[in-house]
Amino acid sequence: MQEYFYLLLSEIYKILFLLVPVLVSIAMVVWLDRRVWAFVQKRRGPNVVGPFGLLQSLADALKYMFKEIIIPASSNKIIFILAPIVTMTLSLIAWAVIPFSEDFVLSDINVGILYLFAISSLAVYGIIMGGWASNSKYPFLGSIRSAAQMVSYEVSIGIIIINVLLCVGSLNLSDIVLAQEKVWFIIPLFPMFVIFFISALAETNRPPFDLPEAEAELVAGYQTEYSGMMYAMFWLGEYANILLMCSIGSILFLGGWLSPINVYPFDLIPSPVWLILKILLLFILFALVKAIVPRYRYDQLMRLGWKIFLPFSLFWVVLTAGYLLYFNLLPVI
Amino acid sequence: MIAHAIFFYIFSFIAVFASIMLTVSKNTVHSVFFLILDFISVSCLFIMIGAEFLGMIMLIVYVGAVAVLFLFVVMMLNVVEQKNTLFKSSSDSTYIPIGLLISLIIFFEIIIVIGGWKYKPDLLNSISMNISSELTNTHALGYVLYTDYIHLFQLSGMILLVAMIGAIVLTFRKRSGLKRQSYFKQISRERAEGVDLIHVESKKGVKIDV
Repeated sequence: MQEYFYLLLSEIYKILFLLVPVLVSIAMVVWLDRRVWAFVQKRRGPNVVGPFGLLQSLADALKYMFKEIIIPASSNKIIFILAPIVTMTLSLIAWAVIPFSEDFVLSDINVGILYLFAISSLAVYGIIMGGWASNSKYPFLGSIRSAAQMVSYEVSIGIIIINVLLCVGSLNLSDIVLAQEKVWFIIPLFPMFVIFFISALAETNRPPFDLPEAEAELVAGYQTEYSGMMYAMFWLGEYANILLMCSIGSILFLGGWLSPINVYPFDLIPSPVWLILKILLLFILFALVKAIVPRYRYDQLMRLGWKIFLPFSLFWVVLTAGYLLYFNLLPVI
Repeated sequence: MIAHAIFFYIFSFIAVFASIMLTVSKNTVHSVFFLILDFISVSCLFIMIGAEFLGMIMLIVYVGAVAVLFLFVVMMLNVVEQKNTLFKSSSDSTYIPIGLLISLIIFFEIIIVIGGWKYKPDLLNSISMNISSELTNTHALGYVLYTDYIHLFQLSGMILLVAMIGAIVLTFRKRSGLKRQSYFKQISRERAEGVDLIHVESKKGVKIDV
């Protein structure tokens, strides 16, 4: 019995060691997002609270905590309260399989990439539940839109993942990273990286695909009826999902924890730092896109997903498979 | 081993509870959410017996796609009219005999399947494939699926394709008066088609939109 207890304690310690930095980095990343956005528009951005405004997110969080939580009278209360919890939980449990270095991973499961894909496809439930339970027109429209959008772009993300898996021959995330020791997959599979990046934007409801929360038409989409800490949880979950998508992108295409330059002074940098730098790079791209690109119309979004990305990534699967087969490069198990 | 048993009972209890609530709850949206809970706990059970690939695919396909479409349809129903009461049988209900019949058939089928458990050792020896325990489950599935069973695999793919095309044909309808954007037309527009320089006589105006 005591053995189990100690096992449990050590697991909880490991989980906290992973999740607390993730939560703190979400707060920092929100600040970074606003800062990048502001610089593109020649503004200063948040720069008052703390050095360079670094503590702005903490101040915001404090404000949200002391706000009243309003639950609409005609809403479906259980599901209304459950929705932000589901969003937040799903965006945090996915971090369990992200490998930060060869031996620093919470659970190194065989089907890691499938797990990540499954969790990211579950993320739609938080939005649907929130939109439906609010029992109000705008949230409902927003959640219907976002469900269709996320299901559509998942398809192309799945096929892009197949491209990478063809080159690796394993579903394990550490194996995927180690297969990129010679060349990162961004070089042979560059078009797939571009499509993955755009699909990730759509999957996380970021601009230019932020139709579920299009302020001009739907107030704030599924978040309209939420207030206080519940709204903050949606918001945190969204940013955790964005960070997760960035880390999936850097594991699949940018070589995960591998260092780009393997010469003396750069060897000393620990591998998690490389992964974090790559995640940050992708995140800054996300933030830049938000500031630069105007919002898509809904039919354009659907056209892009089904008529352009899906056929093109399918074609690329055939191409990759044919290439690997012809040159006898298929991975052996 | 104890931890394994505890988790097994937790997941199976949730699965049974969710499936009972799924049939009993009167709010259809709640039913779909219980269905999702059921799927998730069943996929957890799959993972527990080592069928991790099957469990994950179950999550991706059923929970990530099929149940979302269920929700889509069910959510269109009016929320306010639905009360959160449990199912009550009324005397004029005609569904109960048929429901009982179907569940009786399923019950006997399950009994037959469980009866097969008794002959499990004999059945295990009758499998001609040699399953090596060193392969991960994804690789093992791939080895049989794309070699021995390739024809069946392709056949099921064809059936799904036909079903998909059938669904599209059945629901597709041409609507008139719909504004569509044609990217080809937009790009191939010349300046001469779009811009016209007209000399307008004063106090007479010009008729546009001819």
